[in-house]
Amino acid sequence: MNAPSHAVSDRLYRNRRVRNAIALGLSGLATLFGLFWLVWILWTTLRTGLGAMKPGLFTRMTPPPGSDGGLANALFGSAVMSLGAILVGTPIGVAAGTYLAEYARKAPIGEAIRFVNDILLSAPSIVLGLFVYTLVVRTSGHFSGYAGALSLALIVLPVVVRTTDEMLQLVPGTMREAALSLGVPQWKVTIQVLYRSALPGIVTGVLLALARISGETAPLLFTALNNQYWTHDLSQPMASVPVVIFQYAMSPYDSWHALAWAGAFVVTLFVLLLSLLSRAILLRNKASHD
Amino acid sequence: MAANSSVITPAITAAIVDADRRSARDARADRAFRWIVTAAGIFVLLALACAALSMLRGGREAFSTFGLGFLFSTEWDAVNHHFGALVPIYGTLVTALIAMIIAVPVSLGIALFLTEVAPDWMRGPVGAAIELLAGIPSIIYGMWGLFVFVPLMGEYVSPWLDAHVGALPLVGPLFTGPPLGIGMLTAGIVLAIMVIPFISSVMREVFLTVPTRLKESAYALGSTTTEVVWDIVLPYTRSAVIGGIFLGLGRALGETMAVTFVLGNAHQLTASLLMPGNSIAATIANEFTEADSDIYRSSLIALGFLLFVVTFIVLAAAKLMLRRLSRQEGAK
Amino acid sequence: MTDAHFAIAPSAPTAAAAAPATGARPKMAACNLDFHYDGFHALKGVNLEIAEKRVTALIGPSGCGKSTLLRVFNRIYSIYPKLEAKGEVLLDGDNILDPRFPLNRLRSKVGMVFQKPVPFPMSIYDNIAYGIRHHEKLPKGEMDARVEQALTQAALWGEVKDKLRQSALGLSGGQQQRLCIARAIALRPEVILLDEPTSALDPIATGKIEQLISELKHEFTIAIVTHNMQQAARCSDYTAFMYLGELVEFGETETLFTKPAKTRTEDYITGRFG
Repeated sequence: MNAPSHAVSDRLYRNRRVRNAIALGLSGLATLFGLFWLVWILWTTLRTGLGAMKPGLFTRMTPPPGSDGGLANALFGSAVMSLGAILVGTPIGVAAGTYLAEYARKAPIGEAIRFVNDILLSAPSIVLGLFVYTLVVRTSGHFSGYAGALSLALIVLPVVVRTTDEMLQLVPGTMREAALSLGVPQWKVTIQVLYRSALPGIVTGVLLALARISGETAPLLFTALNNQYWTHDLSQPMASVPVVIFQYAMSPYDSWHALAWAGAFVVTLFVLLLSLLSRAILLRNKASHD
Repeated sequence: MAANSSVITPAITAAIVDADRRSARDARADRAFRWIVTAAGIFVLLALACAALSMLRGGREAFSTFGLGFLFSTEWDAVNHHFGALVPIYGTLVTALIAMIIAVPVSLGIALFLTEVAPDWMRGPVGAAIELLAGIPSIIYGMWGLFVFVPLMGEYVSPWLDAHVGALPLVGPLFTGPPLGIGMLTAGIVLAIMVIPFISSVMREVFLTVPTRLKESAYALGSTTTEVVWDIVLPYTRSAVIGGIFLGLGRALGETMAVTFVLGNAHQLTASLLMPGNSIAATIANEFTEADSDIYRSSLIALGFLLFVVTFIVLAAAKLMLRRLSRQEGAK
Repeated sequence: MTDAHFAIAPSAPTAAAAAPATGARPKMAACNLDFHYDGFHALKGVNLEIAEKRVTALIGPSGCGKSTLLRVFNRIYSIYPKLEAKGEVLLDGDNILDPRFPLNRLRSKVGMVFQKPVPFPMSIYDNIAYGIRHHEKLPKGEMDARVEQALTQAALWGEVKDKLRQSALGLSGGQQQRLCIARAIALRPEVILLDEPTSALDPIATGKIEQLISELKHEFTIAIVTHNMQQAARCSDYTAFMYLGELVEFGETETLFTKPAKTRTEDYITGRFG
């Protein structure tokens, strides 16, 4: 009786092993498949973009079709609007995150805000652009750098809210108690002790938000619009790298295509550097805590 | 100290008064601080509500002019001011569906590979690489799609599909058409590539929440990795995995730039996936600044409102399902 | 303020009844103290006196309310919503539970040290100076002197005097806890509350803290919560045994450990439960 049952069990076991090997192989293949496209896209961007880099990219204006030029005005516009978005989005985001973590951690209102914030975090950015269009562009009557910065700020906001909330929640409750037991009022404790403790995380969140908005195109299309010329007046329409890339890539002109690739190269490199930087900050912080 | 001394000097009294006055000032500052951060929290709530309301208002004209027909009409005629949203709605759903059909199994595979299969030294770098790539702006995907992927589709894939799959019954009509390269299939594939890193990193995080002791006890019974995944990991994380998929779906539905480049901006309803089409986000991106009449602009904002409502529902569902896992964890 | 101790007698007759003949003046007293959270009755009519410049230990099994009692003494519990203390806690005769009692005054007079050492993410010097800066405006020289004095009192000065500007996170666990004690005494409080201050430390660091406690009691009134009965026996003058939110027995440490009056106390200290 024993022998046949062993045979059955062995056969079963072999079948299970084979199925296991196939499944594991498939998961490896899926990873290769995913990495394959991503590496391809990155490679194309970096190689073509590097080939399209030329002197004057950072100093000359966006050209009309057929003539030479650079992306100076677009780079400046992107920098100004991104900076504006960070300057507006970060303080509001940190304050809202503080409210969630310190005053409404388990309250229903806190849960509601977290819920809405998470939706805002993944909401289509073009919808935010439309919102700012109806809010600012339509009421003021013209496209402007302010509107562009505001629509980007709406993307920064939920990222900062979430990281601030999470990072403050990671600060041990005893830290608050220890500081409060010295008689220091809560607002001072929050700003001087808790923020300091959560700082690396919050900075990482701001960097990630900056990475995200530096490539955002859709919300700028009908808020900041575009501008062929240099302007530092935020109440005027403003050029930005992503919008110029969009316009130039969709055009039939080779010289514009080359500039679009150069722009794509700069943006991608910037975004990758920011991600690496934020990762490094987190890792360093983690190491010092262990 | 005052209690110890038998004489209260004016200096001591002054110090006490001063300390108590500071107490009152601290309490006031605390209230002000609380008020400020509360206002910021409420601002987040209001931002979303205002976005919805302002788009509803902006799209009012289109909704009242075309009524429900706005949802079901395929006509998109800027000259005669008649607008229907069916083509972009259809295009949005079809491209997102194609993207999910490709991205979900691949992401699942990647997430499992990174949590259960890969040797330890590989998990960190590969996971980090995939997350880095999730940060690449969508416009880069769109450009790559337009300049690199579309020619390949037009030259090799579309003709092959047309010749071999196009003749089959049932699925045939989906794959017949001229070798344009652009079209809904291309857009769906580019979208899939874009959401793969996104979905797989959510799933990876979800899988990491499965308690080790659960898995270990299954391994101890002689289960293979596949069986552990199938019998322990997936059931434990089911709702969160679906939540992650919905999160990806929300992103695919609302993605603008990756799609706009390769979809073709054609307002026509065709069965063939090889034909150009349109999506809600792409229509808005392409046409908004050219909209020359109020009703045109209103129709585009109405489209935006529809997109907002659909993504809100999808994302809300995702959030609820993801939250179930964290509750489960909290309960343990 | 001077007539403070007169106030105790009329408002807290039961407290006096529960208290042993201490010989020392009561610095703080809980009178008919009840505490609720989330519908849970954590303290039930507790009456207890903390003698001035003595060490009072609170012992009892987990969840008996000893930590809760300590946390009422400087109202640190009030940072969380839905917690409620009823009754009176007197500090020199003034009821600190009265919302009109200035929090600043309370917290500068009653310092607290917690179970886990929590240095603030700043330099060693700033950790000590942080609390002082909020209460007093001192010129640089005086501040330096205060910091040195606090660190010396906490028996830490010798170990850190050359790295005052370095982050406090780099100190060892035992050093961090002594830093926290220094931070609390830097405000020159009158009472120090210690909530299981050695439970996260190794035996050597624990020994140092215990020695420190016996030195600090010459200047401060100390209340310590501990789950370690040997510790209570070693370094306290009075011990209160609590069980299920009630104060079961309170007396001189030696009496309580050698001749407990209640069987429940005896069961606990002989290890029959808890």
